Amino acid sequence: MAVRTPEASPGPEAAERGPGPVKVRLGVNGRERGIDIEPRVSLLEVLRAELDLTGAKRGCDQGTCGACTVWVDGRRVLACLTLAITCEGREVTTIEGLARPDGTGDGQLHPMQEEFIAQDAFQCGYCTPGQIMSAVGCVQEGHATDDAEIKEWMSGNICRCAAYPHIRAAIRAARDRV
Amino acid sequence: MSTSAEPSTSPIGRPLDRVDGRAKVTGAARYAAEVPLPDLTHAVLVGARVACGRITSIDASEAERQTGVLAVLTHENIGKIAGQPPLLPSLAGTVAPGETFFPMQSDQIHYAGQQVALVVAETYEQALHASRLVRVEYAEQPSVTVIDDARDQAYEPEAIFAGFIPGRAQRGDVAQALEQADVTVDNTFSYAANHHNPIEPSAATAWWEGDRLTLHDTTQGVTATQHTVAALLGIPHTRIRVVSHFTGGSFGAKAMIWHHPTLAALAARAVHRPVRLALTREQMFTGCGHREEQEHHLTLGADQRGRLTALRHHKLSLTSPFDHWAEPSLGVVGQMYACPHYEGAYHLIRANTMTPTFMRCPGEATGLFSLETSMDELAERLGLDPVELRLRNFAETDPASGKPWSSNGLEECYRRGAERIGWHRRAEPPARDGDWVIGLGMAASAYPVYGPNNPARARARVYADGTAVVQAAVTDIGTGVLTAMTQVAAEALCLPVERCRFEGGDTDLPHVAATVGSSGAGMVSAAVYAAATELRAQLVARAVADEGSPLHGADPDHVVVRDGRMMRGDAPDTGESYAELLRRNFLPDSEATGSWGPPPHDVPYAALTFGAQFAEVAVDPELGLVRVRRLAGAFAPGRVLNAKTARSQLMGGMIWGLSQALLEATHMEPNTGRWANASLGEYLVPVNADAPEVDVDFVDVEENLVNPLGVKGVGEVGQAGVAAAIANAIHHATGRRIRKMPITIEDLVVAPEA
Ligand code: FES
Ligand code: FES
Repeated sequence: MAVRTPEASPGPEAAERGPGPVKVRLGVNGRERGIDIEPRVSLLEVLRAELDLTGAKRGCDQGTCGACTVWVDGRRVLACLTLAITCEGREVTTIEGLARPDGTGDGQLHPMQEEFIAQDAFQCGYCTPGQIMSAVGCVQEGHATDDAEIKEWMSGNICRCAAYPHIRAAIRAARDRV
Repeated sequence: MSTSAEPSTSPIGRPLDRVDGRAKVTGAARYAAEVPLPDLTHAVLVGARVACGRITSIDASEAERQTGVLAVLTHENIGKIAGQPPLLPSLAGTVAPGETFFPMQSDQIHYAGQQVALVVAETYEQALHASRLVRVEYAEQPSVTVIDDARDQAYEPEAIFAGFIPGRAQRGDVAQALEQADVTVDNTFSYAANHHNPIEPSAATAWWEGDRLTLHDTTQGVTATQHTVAALLGIPHTRIRVVSHFTGGSFGAKAMIWHHPTLAALAARAVHRPVRLALTREQMFTGCGHREEQEHHLTLGADQRGRLTALRHHKLSLTSPFDHWAEPSLGVVGQMYACPHYEGAYHLIRANTMTPTFMRCPGEATGLFSLETSMDELAERLGLDPVELRLRNFAETDPASGKPWSSNGLEECYRRGAERIGWHRRAEPPARDGDWVIGLGMAASAYPVYGPNNPARARARVYADGTAVVQAAVTDIGTGVLTAMTQVAAEALCLPVERCRFEGGDTDLPHVAATVGSSGAGMVSAAVYAAATELRAQLVARAVADEGSPLHGADPDHVVVRDGRMMRGDAPDTGESYAELLRRNFLPDSEATGSWGPPPHDVPYAALTFGAQFAEVAVDPELGLVRVRRLAGAFAPGRVLNAKTARSQLMGGMIWGLSQALLEATHMEPNTGRWANASLGEYLVPVNADAPEVDVDFVDVEENLVNPLGVKGVGEVGQAGVAAAIANAIHHATGRRIRKMPITIEDLVVAPEA
């Protein structure tokens, strides 16, 4: 399974917090963010509703499509299956922070983003942020040596537009540029 | 029009990157459930747990007590719709409800999942939690949900498809022709129900400002949403604006206007705040239609040389309690080959499901499986190469109407597809690769060219800085229409693409019908071309009439425009740019509108987009495994507006064909009347590992008739015939004919009945 949820590591106080809103501090795309959320709220909902980072998509809320893929401490996770409160003290990276993790940047895209455009590796674009976060993770993990490997390690991200051959082409191209 | 990579100065056809690419790869593209709004509330639907019966009680008290809950709406308090508009395909350009039934108007339950309550809360999690606490009691009645439940209740409708297609069609005398045929092939096919499952679930965000409603909807047509919601709510068009800049895939799920945008509007009215209503993945199986469960009975008659003499094609399928709906599986099948005697008939069974709907390649995806696997069988019986059999039956004119084709290209598609897959390798016995047996199969492909029933309109404007914006109320569902229309605008205005911008996705823009049935590129390009051409003519006319212009007095017919500069054809040094003309006259801009169509109903030609599909599969007969190793398709879609995005659409369609052949089935549990696998974990769609390399080839044909630019469309023909090519390849590898979809391991490991 290419995509995992971070191991839950409830601090001693976590068990006592909630069910009402509690203060949670997250590092998101290089910025410290404090939010008041119920402990039951997923990382995906926090990103989309609280922080207005709608790049992470909700395709199923069940861990089956990969559209919500983001990184927690540099590893790809399904934000819909991750409780935001379990990410306290961790660093979350979303598509919005991929090219410029420090939140500044000059509009330059990440090579993977550029190759997704060049290879036409998407159509409707709804799966695309998740695909790209997964694709960069796949290359960084060393799971992109050949197409057979890319196929397996990218199969947690469904593209219903079926841009798969072009997604593989984009990953090959971005891999070879790095 | 060449679509190969040869350099061309014309913007049309060039494989340009998508204009919305950057927004999509950075997460900046906002979909309907992502519009930021102050005071936004969240709504979650509750679906009926029974398939037929009445609601005896609803207890919302516990849900209402939950923190953050603002309202629980049911048939008892949501209020009545103004009226039920008729079911019309959204291509008609007017109202387009997915079914002639609106939920939460009474206690009657017609299908499982029917929306019975709507919970509105401050946050999504609160609404979701409370939705599970709404207690609904039912008096359940027996339901019909599968064909096997009610074969004896089948009826022959006078017309299907909202009355647009007659229930029966025939030419010649099929019974007699079958009796006299040298060879007959007679088979029954069964096809599972399918669900579209775009990755973006359907959603709407609604808010009222006084009596004015704004809706962000997941839709294939903002105008269709506007017409439909206006009719259901009984409010004037002037008070409803629908926006959809990005739609996260549809494949037909968002082609018709289902209930959620109207429910979101009703909820927003009830809580006096903006409401976002998104369907859950499970609700996508009962919220926006499906491809219905169906059976086909197809009989071919042919002479010794393989020429078809008779074709009989009957379809039996499930429809809803409200509408006579069947996907049009018979149409293209009756037009594919020169065959003098034909009979096609639809039979329906009323069932406790929602009204089925368009799903990519609606009808052809199933019809061509029946026809093209039968043709493969006929070729085998006659000892003919499958390609040769098809060439012998090539239809020089449309067999259904007798009219000439607008353009064709099919024979060349066969040749090119065969070359691409390496058809000459197809040997008996089939080749082996370890435990895998390698099969090759092919099938013909075709899809109708639909035109709109109402004019398609566009507006073009050139600013005094020399840039241009062109607008039409079209939504990009992933087709690349924004990019292609930018190219069309640039071509007609004679401007560089970089100086043109195309805007769509808003009912404040000129009206076009929903982009469905592969018709979007043809009709929108026609309108954009008309508007932009009109604007160019207007600017040239102004220049030649302007005493201050170097072009004063020139013959407008002899003025050419290049890169936004108008000049005399015979003296290119004499001229000026659009910008110079406008600025000198203190004009901020110049604007024109254009429209196209609708084409007359009785045109002197018939139009299909043709193609040919080839598949190479590897089958492990012991384990029943099938791996599609390669797909190759050649298509003749007329003019291609953007070679890159068109290729992507065809490729996606071909993988959809693979998916249909081997993966997709929604299973009905007849005891409960509910879909048994309503999730992406259990409804199989291809993942990266399932998708082989796909070879897409374009065949040039001269197409001058279907619309001004000769665009026949690429959204669906890519899928047509693929599943049959795969089934035929499986037959080549195993000798087994599997006459159902999807074809699964069980079909291949279980010995055929004696
Ligand atoms: S939304 Fe998280 S996997 Fe689908
Ligand atoms: S681009 Fe549409 S789902 Fe992947």
